Amino acid sequence: MRSPLPAALTISLLLALAAGLSGCDQVPWNSPYRAEERAAAIFHGAFSERPKHLDPVSSYSENEAQFTAQIYEPVVQYHFLKRPYQLVPLTATSVPVPQYLDRAGQPLPATAAAADVAETVYRISIKPGILYQPHPAFARRPEGGYYYHRLTAADVGRRATLADFEHVGTRELTAEDYVYEIKRLMHPHLHSPVAGLMGKYIKGLTALGEQLRQEQGDNHGFIDLRDYELAGARVIDRYTFEIHVMEKYPQFRYWLAMAFFAPVPWEADRFYGQPGMQERNFTLDWFPVGTGPYMLTENNPNRRMVLTRNPNFRGEPYPDGGEKADVDAGMLSMAGKRMPFIDVAYYSLEKEEIPEWTKFLQGYYDVAAVLPDSFDQAIQFDVKGDAQLTPAMQAHGVKLLTAITTAISYMGFNMADAVVGGDSERSRLLRRAISIAVDYEELISIFLNGRGVPAQGPIPPEIFGYRGGEGGINPYIYEWHGGHPVRRAIEEARALMRQAGYPAGRDADSGQPLTLYYEAVNGGPRGKAMFNWYRKQFAKIGIELVVRVTDYNRFQEKVREGTAQIFSWGWDADYPDPENFLFLLYGPNGKSKFGGENAANYHNAEFDQIYVAMRALPNGPARQRLIDRMLEIVRRDSPWLWGFHPMAYALNHAWYGNAKPNLMARNTLKYKTIDAPMRAARQAQWNTPVVWPLLMLIGVALLGALPAYRIYAARQRARAR
Amino acid sequence: MIAYIIRRVAYAVPILIGVNVITFVLFFVVNSPDDMARLHLGNKHLTSAAIESWKAERGYDKPLLWNAAHADSARVTDTIFFHNTVRLFMFNFGQSDNGRDIGYDVSQRMWPSLTVTLPVFLLELALSISFALMIAFLRGTYFDTWAVIMCVVMMSVSGLFYIIGGQFVFGKMLRLVPISGYDSGWSALKFVILPVVVSVIGAFGYGARWYRTIFLEEINRDYVRTARAKGLSERAVMYGHVLRNAMIPILTGVVVVLPSLFLGSLIIEAFFGIPGLGSYTIEAIQGQDFAIVRAMVFLGSLLYIVGLILTDISYTLVDPRVRLS
Repeated sequence: MRSPLPAALTISLLLALAAGLSGCDQVPWNSPYRAEERAAAIFHGAFSERPKHLDPVSSYSENEAQFTAQIYEPVVQYHFLKRPYQLVPLTATSVPVPQYLDRAGQPLPATAAAADVAETVYRISIKPGILYQPHPAFARRPEGGYYYHRLTAADVGRRATLADFEHVGTRELTAEDYVYEIKRLMHPHLHSPVAGLMGKYIKGLTALGEQLRQEQGDNHGFIDLRDYELAGARVIDRYTFEIHVMEKYPQFRYWLAMAFFAPVPWEADRFYGQPGMQERNFTLDWFPVGTGPYMLTENNPNRRMVLTRNPNFRGEPYPDGGEKADVDAGMLSMAGKRMPFIDVAYYSLEKEEIPEWTKFLQGYYDVAAVLPDSFDQAIQFDVKGDAQLTPAMQAHGVKLLTAITTAISYMGFNMADAVVGGDSERSRLLRRAISIAVDYEELISIFLNGRGVPAQGPIPPEIFGYRGGEGGINPYIYEWHGGHPVRRAIEEARALMRQAGYPAGRDADSGQPLTLYYEAVNGGPRGKAMFNWYRKQFAKIGIELVVRVTDYNRFQEKVREGTAQIFSWGWDADYPDPENFLFLLYGPNGKSKFGGENAANYHNAEFDQIYVAMRALPNGPARQRLIDRMLEIVRRDSPWLWGFHPMAYALNHAWYGNAKPNLMARNTLKYKTIDAPMRAARQAQWNTPVVWPLLMLIGVALLGALPAYRIYAARQRARAR
Repeated sequence: MIAYIIRRVAYAVPILIGVNVITFVLFFVVNSPDDMARLHLGNKHLTSAAIESWKAERGYDKPLLWNAAHADSARVTDTIFFHNTVRLFMFNFGQSDNGRDIGYDVSQRMWPSLTVTLPVFLLELALSISFALMIAFLRGTYFDTWAVIMCVVMMSVSGLFYIIGGQFVFGKMLRLVPISGYDSGWSALKFVILPVVVSVIGAFGYGARWYRTIFLEEINRDYVRTARAKGLSERAVMYGHVLRNAMIPILTGVVVVLPSLFLGSLIIEAFFGIPGLGSYTIEAIQGQDFAIVRAMVFLGSLLYIVGLILTDISYTLVDPRVRLS
């Protein structure tokens, strides 16, 4: 007869089997990693969203940069430690200095006015001797030909990974690879998200795109872009190339730090462009080829991504300069040592928060984001309101890193709307009244666990143009009291409503209550709570807010077409320059008319004029003055409720070294260290299996089975009924 | 029987076309090709030229169902629907909108799914039937009463509770197994123990109670009384007669799910980090990847039809009275 509690027996049998499988090698039973990996310098992290693109020409998202930035090397990078953010050479010998030319092609000084500059030339020299990672695309026969450049679909056969190609090779990075990648921005089948934008700046790029579309539109195989001339990107010699930008656009240097301008060898395109490759999922989007410290050796975004040290990496020295806090924190102790310090990085897919958080606490992940469900377990606030770790986390040796992100989350008014938009004093007063009424301090406290800083304007801290202290507050919304900005009293908002002709939220002329419409994407229970909160904020000044919840596509469409009245929107910086935020309010970038990023469709002639001048200026007092004026204009006009700058909270264990938030650089894995012995010891200490409850459960099950067995035996002996 | 199977397969064709039409309409009611392009290309700095180019590359620049630009049969054939549907019926799933070979991805992801679903299916079946037989045998005793109560309680608890509770107890508190993850080969064993146990426990209450009902119905039949009357032991009665005669209702519920074991379980795979097919369709819906959505819906429908045919065939194996014609 079977046990009356078969499930319990199943558990015990299976667990006994598990114990047998893992107990013999001193690895904790619940360790998700193999025994031989315990003592190695391996980074363990998690990701929740699979990267869509790993081809540098189309990769733009944060979750993709987590991988591509470790593999590809643009010419420049952001200094790991220094703030404000500054560019330093990566493969280049120095940070490129723009050379301005007038219409006659004659050089102009660096201080030349934007109107005088017809072209900007960036001449870039790269370091010799940089090698690509081992890859079959480079593999050559002894006589010189390529092993894998003339494959047929049958040759590709049943190969599934690059490891299925017997031969690999490498070659030196050359200037041509950078030029080749710039041409790839216009590849007719790669759909680079910045093709349109770069076409406005790089000389001849749009024309190249048109030429490629006409000549190669039907070619889904290899397109040898070396055969195409591009006036805006030219090879000077093996290690030098030039980029010609059609105007004075100083922000272009920041684009040079992004993956779009990382080198791609023509051999990679040749290799992946062969028949049968795409069908077998061999693409640059799946198997990247770079010169960086790591190479992608396993790409299974449904389970894990594995980066392994590139054996051909030249060994970049750890930075020898930083801020005083970095010195105090011992972050310069590795100065001058060759990076990377970690051999392998495992990124495991975790779709749910609970397993990810638990594995971090068990020591199986080196780092973790502070997730909503675990926030109270990890973070508490002191009397000053500053975040700190809970005693349990401190006892665990966990460290907390916080940073204000270079991003903004705001509520926009559609400036083309008849009620909330426009340049009239009435609408301006209405927008300012709403700006006072919607208490973002409360929103941050209720919905974000304090993870945000109320914005005083569009520019976040750590970006040039931002002013802290009393001089930096938005005087229309805040007052300075006791060394802090304090939101103006709701009575002032009500007074503004009266001045605007909406006493107590009613139109003074018609007597009708003022009803406004907020467009939103369905956000589940959390979204509902927030929408109710918004209603209450508007109700404080008598406005009835109608929330129109829709799906993401329709929401985007309404904002795009300018039919949304009020909406929430956000922006994450591409680069650390005020232009990357102020352009969100530049008239010619209006979304409904011009398809730009100015979602509020704000237009102010003076602002636009200053913006053009500010964009071309280097950081300095003159630029700051222009920015101050621009901020004054937009604060007065209030096309946005300035919202907040989100704060990033990250946790890491004591064995994870050189952790410092850098919101611009994504290629930071190479700086990190892992103390593997400490990790192994802590994992063993924290994960001792507890077996006695299981034994007790089995005992109870057996005891329960006894009476059943007695009944069974009695029935077996009983006569037929 | 062969004629029957051919007829059932022929019936499947209009069903699959219907499913394909419904999927197509539902998908494009919610998502336009422009929306799909925007989601794939991202919203930053996006130009209309890039959207048009993306659509043209994937054939989404054609009309959905009717191409008025043509005069002949191309009105129907030169449409998004026709291009996608014809390929599917030739079992060519094509490429996802991200350029991945769908057939390859399905073939890779179905094995981790099976690693969990197959043991769950077999264990749950064996344990539920055994337990149900036992409580049917002990019917009318306090043991039967408590077993039914336990089953009802187990049925009433949410599956999510078993998952989170199982992870908390066995992965976090007792630290006996990894809380989530997966590995290849035999190394996968320690990762699938917990999801298998949790799934079996989650389904056990419902299964045991359902099979108990079936067995109790059989136990009261005349042939059982006859078997006892001729002196067979209770064990022989239960296993030799009751179980065999209860097979038809059991098979009705069991065989039909066999093919769909390949498709995995969304929640189990998400919580336990199993890289299976469970989340493939949901991810595709979220990512507005129509190529995957239609392929997976087609595959799901096909497997369901196969399951129904297998169920019919299995009747003939367990009951000699059943003839398929």
